[in-house]
Amino acid sequence: MLQVISLVLENKPGALMRVTGVLSQRGYNIESLTVARTLDPEVSRMTIVVDVDATLRQQVVKQMNKLINVLQASDLTESPAVVRELVLVRVRTAQESRTAVLKEAEIFGGRVVDSSTEGFAIEVTGAPEKLNEFIDVMGSYGEIDVTRSGALAIALDARKLKLQPPVPTKAGVKMEETAI
Amino acid sequence: MSNLMSGAKMLLECLSREGVDCIFGYPGGVTLPLYDALYDGQIRHVLVRHEENAAFAAEGYARATGKVGVCCATSGPGATNLTTGLVDALMDSIPIVAITGQVATKLIGSDAFQEADTFGITRPATKHNYLVKSLEDLPRVIHEAFYIAASGRPGPVLVDIAKDVFQGQGHYQPVSSIHLPGYKVFTEGHTGQIRRAVQLIQEAQRPLVYAGGGIVAAGAASELREFVELTDSPAVLTLMGLGALPASHPNYISMPGMHGSYASNMALTGCDLLIALGVRFDDRVTGRLNAFAPHAKVIHVDIDPAEVGKNRAPEVPVVGDVKRVLAKLNKLLSAGEPLPESVSASRRDWWRQVREWKREHPLEAPEPSDTEIKPQTLMAEINRRAAGRATVCTDVGQHQMWAAQLIGFEEPRLWISSGGLGSMGFGLPSAIGAQMACPDRLVFAIVGDGGFQMSIPELATIAANKLPIKIVIMNNGHLGMVRQWQTMFFNNRLSGVQLEGFPDIAKLAEAYGFSGCTIERPSELGPALDRAVSEPGPFLLNVKVAQFECVYPMVPAGNAINEMVLGPPQPVAVAAK
Ligand SMILES: Cc1ncc(C[n+]2csc(CCOP(=O)(O)OP(=O)(O)O)c2C)c(N)n1
Repeated sequence: MLQVISLVLENKPGALMRVTGVLSQRGYNIESLTVARTLDPEVSRMTIVVDVDATLRQQVVKQMNKLINVLQASDLTESPAVVRELVLVRVRTAQESRTAVLKEAEIFGGRVVDSSTEGFAIEVTGAPEKLNEFIDVMGSYGEIDVTRSGALAIALDARKLKLQPPVPTKAGVKMEETAI
Repeated sequence: MSNLMSGAKMLLECLSREGVDCIFGYPGGVTLPLYDALYDGQIRHVLVRHEENAAFAAEGYARATGKVGVCCATSGPGATNLTTGLVDALMDSIPIVAITGQVATKLIGSDAFQEADTFGITRPATKHNYLVKSLEDLPRVIHEAFYIAASGRPGPVLVDIAKDVFQGQGHYQPVSSIHLPGYKVFTEGHTGQIRRAVQLIQEAQRPLVYAGGGIVAAGAASELREFVELTDSPAVLTLMGLGALPASHPNYISMPGMHGSYASNMALTGCDLLIALGVRFDDRVTGRLNAFAPHAKVIHVDIDPAEVGKNRAPEVPVVGDVKRVLAKLNKLLSAGEPLPESVSASRRDWWRQVREWKREHPLEAPEPSDTEIKPQTLMAEINRRAAGRATVCTDVGQHQMWAAQLIGFEEPRLWISSGGLGSMGFGLPSAIGAQMACPDRLVFAIVGDGGFQMSIPELATIAANKLPIKIVIMNNGHLGMVRQWQTMFFNNRLSGVQLEGFPDIAKLAEAYGFSGCTIERPSELGPALDRAVSEPGPFLLNVKVAQFECVYPMVPAGNAINEMVLGPPQPVAVAAK
């Protein structure tokens, strides 16, 4: 079953690899992954959709939470959350189907972002399953090219981010004693 | 307070401030500036003969003391040679910091000479790792590395430093605090769970303590002892936990698992409450997981939340530092009511049963033979001389299991062995680290004739540093443990396990400038060991033992742990009681 994991992590080199490493080490294939900065430019939010054995789901999230660069990892699969994705579809269509294509795009709440004699480029956002339907429909009008963003998720319940406070170093303790 | 200095000097300054007195390493092109700074002698550098052994020696140092061990290597091949030691430390939760040199910042990513993606390669080999491309970051990163290595569940941290960072000049500003907002260290266990644990303990009729490396890491041996005595529960210690409870303690049974004792494995199978302390339900301990401790409720105390519930869902999970959790448990238990008579009676029956199991199949060396030296006799003789107070480092294989079974430890941190990774070649270099850390301690390195040959180059390190390590080679002419599996499970078709061409040990020792000999006759064993121990310097003792002994008991892979093969020649399967 597909699992949706939402992570808040430090925006640092290698942080992404550490997270995906938890999955690739176990031979799991990532269905989709999105990552971008949050309001705080030093922090990113990532959404991963991955097919993990039910028995290992907790383990994977715990392992992610252990990573030093991860501030919080949570499994949104069964908790209240909104999941959305964006798709860009370029459809080549014959002259006589253009109106029908536009009609369909409208039904899916799509927006035409480019139009030419060859066809259209259309942008749609929605739940991933809805985008599947949209892609199927477009495919019936002609040759299509598809780019999907991957799922973005946000939890509907408030999840307070628990950050750890600074700790003193041994160097700090010794600071007064040693003159260098 | 600040001072202009090179990055290399700054690194040493940070290491000194972390209390580092010695590092194990091997130099190269990009670490030349570091070695130039080491020339001034602020920190002792021990030159090993292969980088893998620098990591193992750092582990030996850390395992013997509990302090962070430090190793260093150059870029490319130096760094890749370290990786086995890093994974070894990761598997056994040993705090080490590895410093590697990297090619200059502007060359990174250009396939420069001796460039390897150390940061990428060692990511899954470490608890955390860093690539330092700016001198400004160096002091903070070094102190973070030590903090991460030593705190929580300890582990290896690698810091890869670009050459120009070593060479750069900067003002050293001591770092007084570090901030790792995402690094959660769980220390106090949940009070409610601790209370539930106490309740289960007071109700249990057949309690068993199953303790491991977490006790050693937490420095919780005295709390464990108090706990075992308060509950009067029998206890087993995993390979990583040997010495956490004195071997002579009346409540101690022995090691459980694949080569554990009959009594330990039967007790695990029969207990109704399993008190798991700083252990991870490793497959070598549990055997077939769904048949492990089948009648038991489980209390699992561990500092790593990912270990709790990983292999066995506990009735009472306690995430916290086992030292603090045990202290709280002990406090509650000593304030508790005495056990009701019905429970006490069951406990007495339980103890009777455990003693009965110990008597039925005691874990002891067989009668010595007068024609050949039995490997078990060798361990028993070492045990007599170690007397529970010497450091014993082992390699991996049959000798390791016999040593674990037959050598007792009265304190933690004396037994040093590669548990989780089972890395051959660990014994000798880890003994170097342990002896460097404890110069006055009697240190044995017990190795197989296979593993010894993986670490022969380190004889030079031992000679150069005059380390009085007693190296005992249990020489069975084979890769013994693999041979055992071929004998037991592959119709004795011995393939790729014969170790022909073993060197003449007396000559080898002499070539390195210390003493050594080969013995074969049982009558030679005692005197040779006495000589090794009394020799002021290193001693290399090659003991030719019976070649085809197998380690028993043995739980064949896939069996429940109470389904043991107890000995040759007719395997006896013991049914669950
Ligand atoms: C680096 C490494 N390679 C291979 C193995 C697999 N292995 C486990 S035990 C063993 C045999 C070890 O033989 P020896 O060192 O002679 O010790 P003995 O078992 O005879 O005591 C081997 C090859 C290992 N553990 N580590």
